[in-house]
Amino acid sequence: MAEAPKVPEKKVAPPSGPPDPPPPADKAPPAFVATLQAALPGAVVATSYWVGDWTIIAEASRILDVATHLRDGSDAAFDMCSDVTATDWPPRAERFDVVYMLYSTRHRHRIRVKVKVGEHQPHASVSGIWPAANWFEREIYDMFGVNFTGHPDRRRILMPDDWQGFPQRKDYPLEGPGELLMENPLDWLRLKQARDQADIE
Amino acid sequence: MQPPAVHHGAMFDTDELVINMGPQHPSTHGVLRVVLRLDGEKVVNADVVIGYLHRGIEKLSENRNWTQIILLTDRMDYVAAATSNVGYCETVEKLLSLEVPRRARYVRTILCELQRIASHCLWIGTHAMDIGAMTVFLYAFRERELILDLFEEYCGARLTYNSMRIGGLPLEIPPGWDKKVLEFCKIMDSKIDEYETLLTHNRIWLERTKGVGVIGGPEAVALGMCGPALRGSGVPRDVRKDEPYAAYDEMEFDVPIGTAGDTYDRYLVRIEEFRQSLRIIRQATQGIPEGPIVGKVPRLIKPPAGETYHAIESPKGELGYFIVSDGKSTNPYRFRVRPPSFCNLQALPRLVRGHLVADVVALIGSIDIVLGEVDR
Amino acid sequence: MVDTFVIPLLKIVIVLNATLVGVTYMVLLERKVIAWAQSRLGPMRVGPYGILQPVADAVKLMIKEDITPVRADKWLFTAAPIISMVPALIVYAVIPFGSEVSLFGRQVTLYITDINVGLLYVVSVASVGVYGIILAGYASNSKYPLLASLRASAQLISYEVAVTLTLVSVVVMAGSLSMVQIVNAQYNSHVWFVFAQPVAFVLVLIGGLAETNRAPFDLPEAEQELTGGFHTEYSGMRFALFFLAEYANMIVVSSVVTTLFLGGWLPPFPNVAAFGFLYYVPSWAWFLLKSFVFLYLFIWIRATLPRYRYDQLMNLGWKVLIPIAIANLVVTGIVRVLLL
Repeated sequence: MAEAPKVPEKKVAPPSGPPDPPPPADKAPPAFVATLQAALPGAVVATSYWVGDWTIIAEASRILDVATHLRDGSDAAFDMCSDVTATDWPPRAERFDVVYMLYSTRHRHRIRVKVKVGEHQPHASVSGIWPAANWFEREIYDMFGVNFTGHPDRRRILMPDDWQGFPQRKDYPLEGPGELLMENPLDWLRLKQARDQADIE
Repeated sequence: MQPPAVHHGAMFDTDELVINMGPQHPSTHGVLRVVLRLDGEKVVNADVVIGYLHRGIEKLSENRNWTQIILLTDRMDYVAAATSNVGYCETVEKLLSLEVPRRARYVRTILCELQRIASHCLWIGTHAMDIGAMTVFLYAFRERELILDLFEEYCGARLTYNSMRIGGLPLEIPPGWDKKVLEFCKIMDSKIDEYETLLTHNRIWLERTKGVGVIGGPEAVALGMCGPALRGSGVPRDVRKDEPYAAYDEMEFDVPIGTAGDTYDRYLVRIEEFRQSLRIIRQATQGIPEGPIVGKVPRLIKPPAGETYHAIESPKGELGYFIVSDGKSTNPYRFRVRPPSFCNLQALPRLVRGHLVADVVALIGSIDIVLGEVDR
Repeated sequence: MVDTFVIPLLKIVIVLNATLVGVTYMVLLERKVIAWAQSRLGPMRVGPYGILQPVADAVKLMIKEDITPVRADKWLFTAAPIISMVPALIVYAVIPFGSEVSLFGRQVTLYITDINVGLLYVVSVASVGVYGIILAGYASNSKYPLLASLRASAQLISYEVAVTLTLVSVVVMAGSLSMVQIVNAQYNSHVWFVFAQPVAFVLVLIGGLAETNRAPFDLPEAEQELTGGFHTEYSGMRFALFFLAEYANMIVVSSVVTTLFLGGWLPPFPNVAAFGFLYYVPSWAWFLLKSFVFLYLFIWIRATLPRYRYDQLMNLGWKVLIPIAIANLVVTGIVRVLLL
């Protein structure tokens, strides 16, 4: 029986970054963004608005200034760091977006701060400003390998301490050797060959 | 050869005792490991080690299509699966700018609040058990069983419900279900009093919980604590009130807050939340509007490129989803969960410092963690 | 010959066996009572209503593998359960279960022996039992048991002071240390000592709970904190011995409290002519009934109350119970001297 012709998988080029649409003309950014821009000229690269969320795209080197201002500024007062996470865009030179989700319990508003960070580029930790960021940054380090500096306790958090690689990166395979590779790479190779063999048959 | 140095004070030298609490321990609520440094029985420092239940749900979700992810969200906070479902579905709806029918929002509210009661039942049971009052545990599970029955009748599952769909709900509520929900509310009212009889004014309970793990409001906020653990410190932060989702903007309810920020206040806040949840359920059940249960959802869900963060109030606190869509593929480009238990657990070393071993157990209970959610 | 050897030996055999069977059924009773308190059924599978459960438990524990940790101190590890079990059993030698009965034409006393320092014997023998727990924690060479044994030694020593001081006031009332004489004193004064010494009664009850490591004072074996405490490393029959010792101690405490405060084998209103009909009930039945009430109370408390914390427990012992015990003793002494 003739083998069915293999349908070539449609390859979609990986996106090279988030769209970050600029705010529409009729939407004015919140007042504290203007204050921030005035206080720290050049620190805010752009602002973005999408489905009701405001995002500040900031200069990575000035994240500490921006964070301090956002926490202490009376019109911002972002006392709660709700989440810190990262996104991996491999084709881009500065491949990671580190995203800070901030919330103010006083004014009850939110903002997202985003910075672009390269693979080995040192990036200042905000855990001194919001202690909550401590574990979040540990997780980003664990999953993406973002090189945080000034972090009080930079260890892996979810993966084992001796894990190789950073699982959440886009070039890290979904299925893979995992622990088996660490224990005995040959076993894994044999297993993989057997599986490939089975696929061919 | 130099003779070894003689320490004359050696007899009175004291060492810290390092104790490994978990990952197999009856009171760490799963596979949490806490490395305690003890001076006698007093905790000098604690290091929280997590990750024993890490299943890579974020990575998996980035390789599943948008509908398949609902089922993965069940597996995070497995004692409040419906809440996780709601959070995820609403985030995707936000990305799609999709209108959810009012009826669906009402039923979601009912399910969320039932889930909150079920989760708090589990919390009060295990928390009391940790402090040694074991009867409350079985009483609370008796009532949780009723809620699980209600869920079973609605969606057929008892723990991992998969009970939401993007744009609404998968099923119309069964006939007579709302009557049963109201009946349950009636039963639950008296049962909460029963728990309170056993605990609230019990002298031993007071001694064990008052003044244990005190944390002030601003510090708790800075540490990222959320949910009842934060409200116990007197911060009126509740996503249901501050950023209403589902049908909470149409509901009338109070957000209970504590004053002292200790274990006892966190306990009182959750007890009051039982009552407020019942109040919401009553309003929502009596006011379920007519209409479709699911909105106009495209056959192939493919949100336009963009990203969003959406938070809801899970029984443990602020459950947030940060989702990035690239607009091309049928799966999210980045799927991130902000688990409330993770942030609350981060405060544990701060809470236990200076307390006794027995308090560590009480405090782990009082911040109400689920390891499935911490580790994902 | 018969009076000096055969009868005491028979009594010892009967008491020992009755105690051991009683202890195993205590376990069942506890499981059942707590189950009913918690709206469930408890053991139901082995025999009707689970009444054969103790047999199944015993078989299970006996055929279980007996593990000794490699790093443990082997001798002490083996000796510890025995040290805690033996004192719990030999205390029964002086506990009077009833007055005299005639069996086969022979007057038999329902106690193994009546020594004139009976109460002292009870207190001192019972306090040996704590060494079993301390040694178990030490010999296991493991951290949780070590913490538990530290807790146990601090707790038992401090509560023993309070309990013993309180018992002295009973001795002042009765004028004797002999258990039988104490019961007789209650007979002569027409009233149980619980009415004459209510404070002492409450103190001994609380102290008794603490001495037997029962909830809310079960710190040395706090399952939720210390994962079972001193018996974490024990399994099989050695574990069972600790388990049985705890229940045997419970029975001891309730028997002693019954004897000292509730008139032992005496019916209510002893030596009052109007209530003479109460003597138709055999004396040992009164004794068992009263002891049972205490055992039930112990179980009930366990089902209801949370556990104390270590420092609170010590505070309660040293700052509350001991001062009250001393005050009670002084008042008893003054009243005794003034009135008689």
